[in-house]
Amino acid sequence: MTDTPIPPHRSHRRTPSDPLRRTRQPLPLPGARSRAAHLLTAAAARGEFALPCCTACGRYAWPIPEICPACLGSVALATAPPGGRVLSATTAEVPADPYFRERAPWRVGLVALDCGPQAVVHLHPASDPGDAVRLTLMLDRAGQAVLHAGPIGGDMQTDPKWREMTADPATRRVLITDARHVAALPLARALANAGTAEIHLGLPEPWKPLPTRAALLAVPGARLVGLDVTSDRSVADLAADLAGRIEIVVNTADLPRPGDLLAPAAQVQARAMTEVLSLGLMRMGRAFGPALAERGADGDQGAVAWVNVLSVMALAAPPGWAGYGAAHAAALALSRSLRAELGRGGVRLVTMLTGPTEDSWFQTLDHPRVTGAALARAIIEALRRGLEEVAVGDVARDLMARLAENPKAVERELARAGRL
Amino acid sequence: MNGILQALSSALTGGQLRVIDLTQTLRDDFPTIVLPPEFGQAAPVRIERISRYDAAGPSWYWNNLSFGEHVGTHFDAPAHWFTGRDLPRGTVDVLPVTDMLAPACVIDCTDGAAGDDDFLLTRAHLDRWEAVHGPINPGAWVLMRTGWSQRRGADYANLRDDGAHTPGPDAAAIRWLVEARGILGFGTETIGTDAGQASHFDPPYPAHHYLHGNGRYGLQSLTNLHELPPRGAMLFAAPLKVHAGSGSPLRVLALVEET
Repeated sequence: MTDTPIPPHRSHRRTPSDPLRRTRQPLPLPGARSRAAHLLTAAAARGEFALPCCTACGRYAWPIPEICPACLGSVALATAPPGGRVLSATTAEVPADPYFRERAPWRVGLVALDCGPQAVVHLHPASDPGDAVRLTLMLDRAGQAVLHAGPIGGDMQTDPKWREMTADPATRRVLITDARHVAALPLARALANAGTAEIHLGLPEPWKPLPTRAALLAVPGARLVGLDVTSDRSVADLAADLAGRIEIVVNTADLPRPGDLLAPAAQVQARAMTEVLSLGLMRMGRAFGPALAERGADGDQGAVAWVNVLSVMALAAPPGWAGYGAAHAAALALSRSLRAELGRGGVRLVTMLTGPTEDSWFQTLDHPRVTGAALARAIIEALRRGLEEVAVGDVARDLMARLAENPKAVERELARAGRL
Repeated sequence: MNGILQALSSALTGGQLRVIDLTQTLRDDFPTIVLPPEFGQAAPVRIERISRYDAAGPSWYWNNLSFGEHVGTHFDAPAHWFTGRDLPRGTVDVLPVTDMLAPACVIDCTDGAAGDDDFLLTRAHLDRWEAVHGPINPGAWVLMRTGWSQRRGADYANLRDDGAHTPGPDAAAIRWLVEARGILGFGTETIGTDAGQASHFDPPYPAHHYLHGNGRYGLQSLTNLHELPPRGAMLFAAPLKVHAGSGSPLRVLALVEET
């Protein structure tokens, strides 16, 4: 759209990049993980601090063992206290591995965890031997679970290693794909507060009124751009302008339409929802993904994240939301492929699984519903903590817990109650 | 070749006849009709590339097209409205082909529509037009020229909190055209043959009601009507032969005599 030329947010000016300098290329991180080790991946993806723990004797272990090193009992993941004390620290000035050599010096330390084991960790520059530290289980650029330790109550963002493993929106340029989403305005405001350099908001069917237009354009650094994720041409046109500039994509495109399988025009609605959700994601991924992955190693201002805002109905939907659940399930399946593609460049794909939002199309569903502001806060937090899977709202958390426990029971409950 | 077609051919090549394209380009950002969201919606135009001299087809370029029947410059068949549901030959696949070539009368409403988005074509306008140009002949298209096709995007759809505000005929005028003048159909430059606020008319959507209930047709989203004379143009309007279709996008051409 040409009617909204808004200059970049001056208070968050970026460091200009040198067009003659070769963009730093993504390098594979070392270290394949065992199947057992991926227990930690799941916890790190959700931002939980959980460690391997013997189900027989209750001792924690690190690194993850196949069986308990103390009693040979079986090992499961258990929530652990995140405290510890630094035993020793060193800085790798010239690491042998190409990834770490590009990013040297790299500080590592040996930490005695409060729950027992000792672990080699990525150590915050402000933590020295003898210091108490808070440990975080997080995903590195390759999506593998690692431990980071830093001062209790300290600002982790001051550690370059933390920034390398997370996706802070500060000074970055963000594309929100659908300005009509209930979270678009609060998210734009939250991003501006977080120091985002530019916020581009996609507007499908610009010939329809946009009640939040003035409020959106009042957000520092925000501008509206024509984008309809159901149109090849629209997506390609915007990618031609922006694919090389965007560092964070927040895909908010959605089309909530209720209707059971037998409802009038159910398949017409389902097709429209599929165009927006799964095929829309495919179009966006194909148009923006390659450029994002190419710039995934470009330092503090490089491409870092793709956030998919999906409904928790992707996992299980009441019968009255048949097409909507199917469209979101398809999008969730596709997002795993996109995660692998973006991951080659070290760009993280974040899945936000939300309960029903304050969107008027969910008006018949029970409270509590997720407000746009709550969803916006969750997205900013996920970026800053480097999360990969986030349940947003009590309804989503409850449904996911019930699914983990007994998915067949959930199927019957949703069919009987007709709601989440 | 007989004499009439020879004369037509000579007139076309000799420049005495001109062909005017009354069609908007079928593109994916052209506004479509917006119904209350609880109803089903027409799918917009989508053009998806299969290949363009690339790995998916090294020597050829082609696309997959998808759209609802009522998008872009399009034709409404009698079966589109409930009033025409029981009529024979009411769908586009079985329409009489003789109806696809017909004369057109053009009612210039540009002055009225320029100052009033909700401008209504009334019987009084039609009487004044006939006083100047003679009676509207049976079997003719009546085209309402408003200049609306010069608008773009939001101005073209002109949606407000209470719906679309676009010009169209009032109930008495369209009924008189259908019943007293026996027109073939009614065409507009806007998204519908009815005015934007026509859901509040009596009957609701009178153009759809009377036209299709009497086996007549609608044309909408026409353009270049300013290039047509008030009468004398011949319209070629042949919808796609969609099986049991209620309408279709189409190419509308007009033949006009050079004066």
